[in-house]
Amino acid sequence: MTVATTAPPTPRTDPAAGTGRTGRARRLADRLRGGSDGGWFPYLLALPLALVLWGYVVQPMLATFVESAGGDGVDNYLAFLSGSGVARSSLLTSLGISAASVLCCGVVGVGMAFLLKRFAFPGRRLIEAIILVPAALPPLIGAISFQLLYSETGILPRGLQHLLGTDEPVLPFDGIAGVLVVHTFTMYPFFYLAASAALAGMDPSVEEAAYNLGASRVRVWRTVLLPMLTPALVSASLLVFMTSLASYTAPLLFGVDRTMTMQIYINRTNGDLPMASTYASVLGVVSVLFLLGMRWYEGRRSYRSQSKGISTHRREIRNPVGRWLALVGSVLATVVLLAPVATIALVAFSVDGSWTTQVLPTDYTTQNFVRIFADPRAFQPILNSLRMSLLATAACVVVGVLVAYAVRRLTFVGRGLLDVAVMLAWALPGTVVAINLIAAFSTGSPFSLGQVLVGTFWIMPLAYFVRFLPLVFRSSSAALAQLDPSLEEAARNLGASWLRAFVSITLRLMFPGVLAGALLAFVHGVGEFVASVLIYTASTAPISVEINNRMYSFEVGTAAAYGMLQVVLIFVVMVMSGRLERGGPTAREATRWTN
Amino acid sequence: MIGVTLESVSKRFPGAGGAAVDDVDLSIEAGEFFTLLGPSGCGKTTTLRMIAGFYFPSSGRIRFGDEDVTRKPPNRRDTGMVFQNYALFPHLTVAQNVGYGLKIRKIRGAEARRRIDEALRQVHLDGYGDRRIDQLSGGQQQRVALARALVIRPRTLLLDEPLSNLDAKLREETRTEIRRIQREAGITSIYVTHDQAEAMAMSDRIAVMEGGRVRQVGTPREIYHRPATAFVARFIGRSNVLELPVLAARADSVDVRLPGGATRTVAAPAEHGLTESARALVSIRPEHIGLCGPEDPDALPGRITDVEFTGMTTNLTVDVSGQELTVAAVDVPDAPAVGDRIGLRLPAARMWVVRP
Repeated sequence: MTVATTAPPTPRTDPAAGTGRTGRARRLADRLRGGSDGGWFPYLLALPLALVLWGYVVQPMLATFVESAGGDGVDNYLAFLSGSGVARSSLLTSLGISAASVLCCGVVGVGMAFLLKRFAFPGRRLIEAIILVPAALPPLIGAISFQLLYSETGILPRGLQHLLGTDEPVLPFDGIAGVLVVHTFTMYPFFYLAASAALAGMDPSVEEAAYNLGASRVRVWRTVLLPMLTPALVSASLLVFMTSLASYTAPLLFGVDRTMTMQIYINRTNGDLPMASTYASVLGVVSVLFLLGMRWYEGRRSYRSQSKGISTHRREIRNPVGRWLALVGSVLATVVLLAPVATIALVAFSVDGSWTTQVLPTDYTTQNFVRIFADPRAFQPILNSLRMSLLATAACVVVGVLVAYAVRRLTFVGRGLLDVAVMLAWALPGTVVAINLIAAFSTGSPFSLGQVLVGTFWIMPLAYFVRFLPLVFRSSSAALAQLDPSLEEAARNLGASWLRAFVSITLRLMFPGVLAGALLAFVHGVGEFVASVLIYTASTAPISVEINNRMYSFEVGTAAAYGMLQVVLIFVVMVMSGRLERGGPTAREATRWTN
Repeated sequence: MIGVTLESVSKRFPGAGGAAVDDVDLSIEAGEFFTLLGPSGCGKTTTLRMIAGFYFPSSGRIRFGDEDVTRKPPNRRDTGMVFQNYALFPHLTVAQNVGYGLKIRKIRGAEARRRIDEALRQVHLDGYGDRRIDQLSGGQQQRVALARALVIRPRTLLLDEPLSNLDAKLREETRTEIRRIQREAGITSIYVTHDQAEAMAMSDRIAVMEGGRVRQVGTPREIYHRPATAFVARFIGRSNVLELPVLAARADSVDVRLPGGATRTVAAPAEHGLTESARALVSIRPEHIGLCGPEDPDALPGRITDVEFTGMTTNLTVDVSGQELTVAAVDVPDAPAVGDRIGLRLPAARMWVVRP
């Protein structure tokens, strides 16, 4: 062994340290490469991030409030308190729809979870595979598919009318009922995922102990299973409530004008920005209250399995009647779950204007797709969407990864605020984000380098950035949570600078999670409608806005063709990120499609 | 080879109450195998992390040789650290893990390969270079971590409970192995553990820590036979600590009265601060207590309350006028039983005054 006699690599001491310019420069460089413990290093990283979040998330929210409080601001707010009038009834309708959505989604979601996780029957695996499909559709195309299926002019009511020979379509859904159908189909996964995760994590011996002590099956469910599911169900309820409150496309397509989101849109298009801001402020405050409620609740304990080695067992359905019922149910569920995508796919090949009173379109063509790709004007929305999403995703990755790192790995004053600011972006409905940006950037601001952004290209990617930053943040933060901090420390110990350790170890190991989050942000951007519709200009219309415009001019086939392209992109990306994360958080994130 | 010095080093974490490390002075000599020993939460890992540079001290100085490294970032300290969970990079192969520090030192090509091979041979993992980390057992991962720390020829080797994730048999083998490699390399090593047997077996010197402070520094023998405080006496091996009245006090010894009336002259450390009629804490190891009949006038009379046969020794718990003493007796002629009256013989040479 020669180690003992070999001189160690020259210690890089600087005799001039502390004296003169070079000494100070050296010390600055040392700090920059210094430990995460180094006094102000965390602030060097956190400050720009805090500025970004302040400038594009928090300050726009305050700008909206200022906008709403100017002029006849007090009257605007009082409108929510007066007995009659649009404002009050919109608020009540929104809250009512949200409460009803929670109930519907709860029944469907928990029922599905129990059925699929606790029983074995033919078709179970297929249903488990496609159970998230309706929720994965982009918000606008999801709502349109339900309209095409279940509204007064929809396939199912018309089909039943033909079948039964009645004068009117049978069982059409419209108005609030229609909204509830869309909400139930697109939001029940919140309950399904929460309940199945809770069921999977539950200690089966607890249930067995109850049986062992002589409890009947009903009693076990009432006194053991449901109480243990409560934490999961409460957080799912809060999520569904928030998402319903933010829901905009369903009320738009089913013509329910008196909801908060619709009123924001209507007042904005009528040019009454102060009133739109008032609605946005109220909706924003309610959403933030729910966010805080959720964070408070999640801080409490949940029931996880303590025993090892025993896993929950599925009960085989043996009763022949039960087996037949299960089979019929499975087939029906499969049809219902796949119908929205199938409808869009079918209609995408129909000739524009040919589908009037028939049950299904009669004339088919591939021209819709050919036209989209051949006509530069028709292709422009796709180009817009891709460009804006790409820009927003790039920004989301840079900011999201660094915020996740700062919040998870560094200690500095205000760390919690950084976390809250990102979650704020997540809690705010798309319509509110759009109004906030309009209020903040309708005049020059330091954060827009003194430019007016409203009516320009840049406000669109900015809105996407604010809306989808939390997705990248959360997947990065989840990836970081799985990484032992000592990995980075080991690299530092072996001589790597902070940057080198971060890039070669931490970022490298986070990469799958970051990529999954980035892909998710990208597809969300391509499907974005809610904020876009408030801030787009003729030259920056994205795909979803184009779909909406085509629907209005009865070019249903072309609209569906655009929608089909979105759907294909989403499923490609979902398969890819599924590979990346093996059904991890991404599968759950997919359910964030719903508004 | 280089020594490491800590001068009144303290570390307070924001938000936490007291100091995690409180005014610690240590002087670790070049080439020494030095252990920080203590129960969890005693500040030993915090001290090691300050030496590595992951924490900067709130006050005090840390020197490597003559160089002040107190505020130096970890990547410029040139220490090799073995982490408790090994912290191997899961996306790199064994050889790439070992070569990571060489790459940063711009050692490439044939020279890098030669040193990686040498390091792997040193830890008996030749031929494992192309394996992925998850293809290795826990013990093998531990050795890769050691090779990765040694290959850069660091000025000091820092080991943070590196054996705690291994099973008992492997732990003993590995500790011999680590000690062999350390001796061969002659490298100053600082080892953190809560396992006193491990510390005794491996160390040149041990610092026993408690509540953020160093309670005693010494060789394993010194610490075992001359514990400074009651805590050290009880933490290293087992010990009986008796509170006895002082009859007379001198500079290096005190006379104490045992329950039952016999007196002993017990060696005491300098500056023990005891005076006549004070009460002294006196420690004696269970294996140093002899057994005799209950009527022996020079012995402590007591009653057996528990008997535990372990094979090599019979451990007795004896109640002596309200104080419980543990006795480890080798080769007891007649098996004593619970309830028996017995006499305990405490040889003065085996007794030692400790501080509270």
